[in-house]
Formats: sequence, structure tokens, C-alpha cells
Amino acid sequence: MTPDLMKAGAQAKVEHERKVAAAAGQSGGRVASYSRVATGELDVTHGAILYLDDITVSFDGFKALNALSLSISAGEMRCIIGPNGAGKTTMMDVITGKTRPDLGKAHFGSTIDLLRMRENEIASIGIGRKFQKPTVFEQLSVFENLELALKADRGVRSSMFFRLNGEQLDRIGAMLALIHLKDSAQRTAGLLSHGQKQWLEIGMLLMQDPKLLLLDEPVAGMTDEETERTAELFLSLEGNHSLVVVEHDMKFIGELTQNGKNGKKVTVLHEGSVLAEGLLSEVQANEKVVEVYLGR
Amino acid sequence: MSAVLPTPMAATVVPRIGLLSLKSWGAVALALLVVAVIVPILNLVVPAGSAFHASDYAVQLVAKIMCYAICALAMDLIWGYTGILSLGHGVFFALGGYAMGMYLMRQIGSDGQYRLPMPDFMVFLNWKEFPWHWALSDSFIAQMALVVLVPGLLAFVFGYFAFRSRIKGVYFSIITQAMTYAAMLLFFRNETGFGGNNGFTDFKRILGTPIATPSMRMLLFVITGLTLIGFFLLARWLVNSKFGRVLQAIRDAETRVMFTGYDPLRYKLAIWVISAVMCGIAGALYVPQIGIINPGEMSPAASIEIAIWAAVGGRGTLIGPIIGAFFVNGAKSWFTQAFPEFWLYFLGALFIAVTIFLPQGIIGLLRRKKEPA
Repeated sequence: MTPDLMKAGAQAKVEHERKVAAAAGQSGGRVASYSRVATGELDVTHGAILYLDDITVSFDGFKALNALSLSISAGEMRCIIGPNGAGKTTMMDVITGKTRPDLGKAHFGSTIDLLRMRENEIASIGIGRKFQKPTVFEQLSVFENLELALKADRGVRSSMFFRLNGEQLDRIGAMLALIHLKDSAQRTAGLLSHGQKQWLEIGMLLMQDPKLLLLDEPVAGMTDEETERTAELFLSLEGNHSLVVVEHDMKFIGELTQNGKNGKKVTVLHEGSVLAEGLLSEVQANEKVVEVYLGR
Repeated sequence: MSAVLPTPMAATVVPRIGLLSLKSWGAVALALLVVAVIVPILNLVVPAGSAFHASDYAVQLVAKIMCYAICALAMDLIWGYTGILSLGHGVFFALGGYAMGMYLMRQIGSDGQYRLPMPDFMVFLNWKEFPWHWALSDSFIAQMALVVLVPGLLAFVFGYFAFRSRIKGVYFSIITQAMTYAAMLLFFRNETGFGGNNGFTDFKRILGTPIATPSMRMLLFVITGLTLIGFFLLARWLVNSKFGRVLQAIRDAETRVMFTGYDPLRYKLAIWVISAVMCGIAGALYVPQIGIINPGEMSPAASIEIAIWAAVGGRGTLIGPIIGAFFVNGAKSWFTQAFPEFWLYFLGALFIAVTIFLPQGIIGLLRRKKEPA
């Protein structure tokens, strides 16, 4: 190495350090040319909030997901349908970190790699999941269920000294009203009806203030009236939140997409990959979809 | 979203209960009075012939049971509230006891059988100097720190690997049994430097004061009682906090807890270590009062008994396991005198009966009586 080169290198280093120091405080201390996006922050400037690419999951040789690629836009509500075993729940497992795929990529926004994170980390960055079977904390009261879900520091010490402030109390109160459980606030969650548990779980999801909601058969076991109210609730969430709804109930899908009139897309999964995508009326008319569903 | 939200109303949602109800605070005050005033007076002031005299035997028995009650309370935190059944809590109790015992052995000084400034068992083994882990044993403060640190550290390391590997349910219980059994075998060996199967005994002094005097006994009794009450309040505070509700949530639906953004590992590890340290302190209080510690405290059966106290008293109630410890050990001390051969049968029958007929334990029975459904 010549002295000239060494000198040039030292100068470049000084220059770079000066740039970094100058940029501190702006755009998270980053320089435009240098590591453009901070990891750990949701970045949806490219439009997609969830991006699955070529995801493959096999269980003992059976491919539950077969090169599945899917992209959900920020603020979108997407319905996913498919026959049993199409891979709907496995897809949710991959997104939420419960299952690791053999192949493929899963990104939240354009910067966060979901495959490197654990379940609770994924939940903390803003992906909420509702299970097929409603899971609430059965021994706690409805109020306490919502309190635990409330967005707050998840650390051990801060939960030891946690106290609800007035604003948080208001939020819980508003949520109780929204999910029609205000009169049951002090009831043990295990005593609720199936439909009420579903609502409570949805309420818990919303308390976390997620950017993306994954809802696995959210209206299973609900009465017609409850189903209708759920559809209204989901439609009201859209915009602020992105939603992925997995559902068997075609009537509910029809309500959510207003039979294709509101321009909501439906994705059909079959044998672990996307079979068709489009408006409800389009996929219903699709030959392949009809074949898979009716076995012709 | 605000369009669908009706006006917030904080008034409709209640809670924020205090640590204890007024009645329970009364009971705590009464317990304090009994432990710190009434028993010392009955034992030390009331003459031995009087009907109100509390005998040394009775005081020692209650002190022992109070140590056990601390273990039962610790078990309730981890089992009753978090749903993790430990069948190895005896090891933490024994480690706390051994840490205290080492100090007490050094306090014997040259008054042992061999009149040498070393514990008798070391002289017997022909050791010329103290093993490395006895380095701090002369210092009361250091050994008291070890009472907390050793069980805490073991619990931390063991818990970290077990919980990180997501070992749950009966598998976890089995490896805790294996842990305490392995520790027992280790402590049975003379080379380990803890007195082998005889353990430590024949203590003479604590902090330079003779240990067997009535006033020292009473002092240790009062400290044990205050510790039990203090731990009860601490446990009550823990389970009443959001931390405690997360623990119960882990017990009921651990996956949901994870998908709500909490890391169950940290919560489980925290309560596991707290529980272990409580047992360690109980062991340290037990040893100077009972006058012996040996590897028998690490036997699998000893750990199972702790779980039985908690189950008999009523899991997930805090006060229940304390009552359970008193009930089972009270019955034990009577039974082992009246029908020595039948105690273990009785204990087994009691456990089965409680499991089948009283899933909520004694506390459940009392509550059912109070409010007939």
C-alpha cells in the first residue's frame, strides 16, 4: 500500500464520519447512500405490507405450501379461500413465525424479514393473529384479557409495575363497547359463548394496534346477526389496518367483498399455491376454481 | 376507525383493587401479632407449668412448618399460577440450607469432636485445607448472599435451557425430578465436600451467639414468621400485578400469550427464579432451627411433598398452600407418633382424595361452604 493510498483512505474515512455525524438526527442517523432503510421499522413505501415469495413448507414429504407467492398491499383487505388442506393455516403459521418454511422469503413491509423473528417479536412489530379456535385467557375476566392485549411495554419489570392510565382505560372501555361485551367486562372469559369469545379475541387483536390482521375463520360458530356485525367491523377497519381473512363461509366473503362490488380481491389457494386471484365474481366464474371446489 | 367507536366511558370499567381486602389485612395483622408477640410471650414469659405455655417442641414444630409453608407458597407461584409443575423444588430448599449450614459449620470453630478448627467430616477425611467452595464460608454476609445466589443461579440456568427448548408439562416435571435426584447423588459423595450422607449437624453458634438458647430459638422463629408473612405479601403483589395476569395467561393459553407479543420465556424464567430463591431462603431458615441438613432433603419424595401441600391447600390461592403445609405437616407429626407405619399410606390416600373430591383443595371447600352455589 502506497502512502498516497493510505492518505486517501484516511481522508475518505474522515469524510464518511463527518457525513454520518451530520446526518445524525435526520432519518434515523442514516445517509441516503448508506444502508437506506433501518431494519425493524415497518416500511410500506413500496406499497406492499406483506410479501411472500416462493414459500415452500413440507411435512414428511407432503408439501403443505408449494412455492406460494402472495403480496398484500398496505390498507388492503384480502379474503383467502380454499378447500381443506389448501395450506391456509400453514400460511398463517409461516407469517407469524410458528412454522419455518423450507424455502422462500417472507417480508413485512419491504425491510423486515419475518423468517428471522420469533412469534412474540412478530406480534410486537404489528402482526396480529386470530386462531381458528377462539383462544382467550379463560380464567381471566374479559377486561383483563383486553388489558393484557393493550399495546404497552411487554417487558417483565414494566408489567410488574404497570398501571392503567385514564387514556388506556378509555381505550379498553371503547373496545368493550365495540365488541358488545361491555356488560360482561367482569365476567370470566371462559364463561362467554363461542361467538362472544370470537369477538373478544378480535378485540384483543385490535388492542395491540396491529398493522396487519390475520383472521383465521373469524365467524365460525357465530349467529347470522353476529356474522353480519363482524363483516361491518372488518370493513370499518380497512384503511388503517391491512386484513387477511381466511374463510370457508362464502356468504361472509360475499358480505365482505359486497359480492365484488367494492373491488376487494379474493385469492383461492389450492394444494399449497395460488390457484386464482381476482374479484369474487371472477374467481367464482373461473373454471379451475369450480373444478377444485365441486370436484368436476 | 373512530366512526364506529362510541364515546369512551371510563366509569363503566371497574377494577384497581388494593393488594388485599380490609378483612385480609386484619388477618395479616393478626398473624404478625401472633408470630412476633403472642408466641414469644407464651414461650418465654409464661411459666412451663401453665396451661398457656407454648413448649419448645411446639415452637420448633411451628417454625419448621412455616419454612415448609414458604416452599408451598413458592410452589403455588410456579404451579398454581403459571401451570408449571416442579417436582424438584427440594433442591433449591436444600441448597439454601447447605449455604447456611456451611456458615454454621465454620462457627463451630474448634469445638468439634476433634478439637480442630475444621468441620469434623473434613478432619475425618484427612483434608488439610478447605475446598475452594468453602472460601467464603467464614463470612455470614457472603453465605447469606449465597443462600439467594446459588438456588437463583441454578434455577436461572436450568430454567433458561428448559424453557427455551419449550419443554412443558409432564416432561418438565420429570426433568426437575432428575435434577434434584442428580444433586442428591452428588451431595451424597464425600468428595463433594458437603459432609456426604451425614450432611451438616451439631451446630453450636450463629454470629458468635449460642444457637440452642431459648431466646435465639425464639428470634429465629420470629424471623421465619415475618419472612413467611413478607413472602405472602410479595406473592400477593406479584399475582395482582399485570405480571401475575400474564403468568395466568401463560397457564391458560401460552400460544396466545406469544401471539400477543409477550415472550413467555422471560416471564416463566422470572417466576421460576423468584420461586427458587424463596425456597432457598426457607431452607436457610430451616437449618439453624432443626439443626441438621443432609442430602435427604433433595430426595425426589421431598420435592413431591411440596407439591402435595400446595394441592391439598388449594392451588392458585396463595393462602391455600400455606394452610396445606400446616394441615399436612400437622397431620404428619401426629400420625408419625400415633401410627408410624401408616403415614405414607395416609399421605397417598390424602393426595388421591384431594385430587378427586377437592380439586380446589381445602380453600375450595371453605369457599364452597361460605357461598353455597
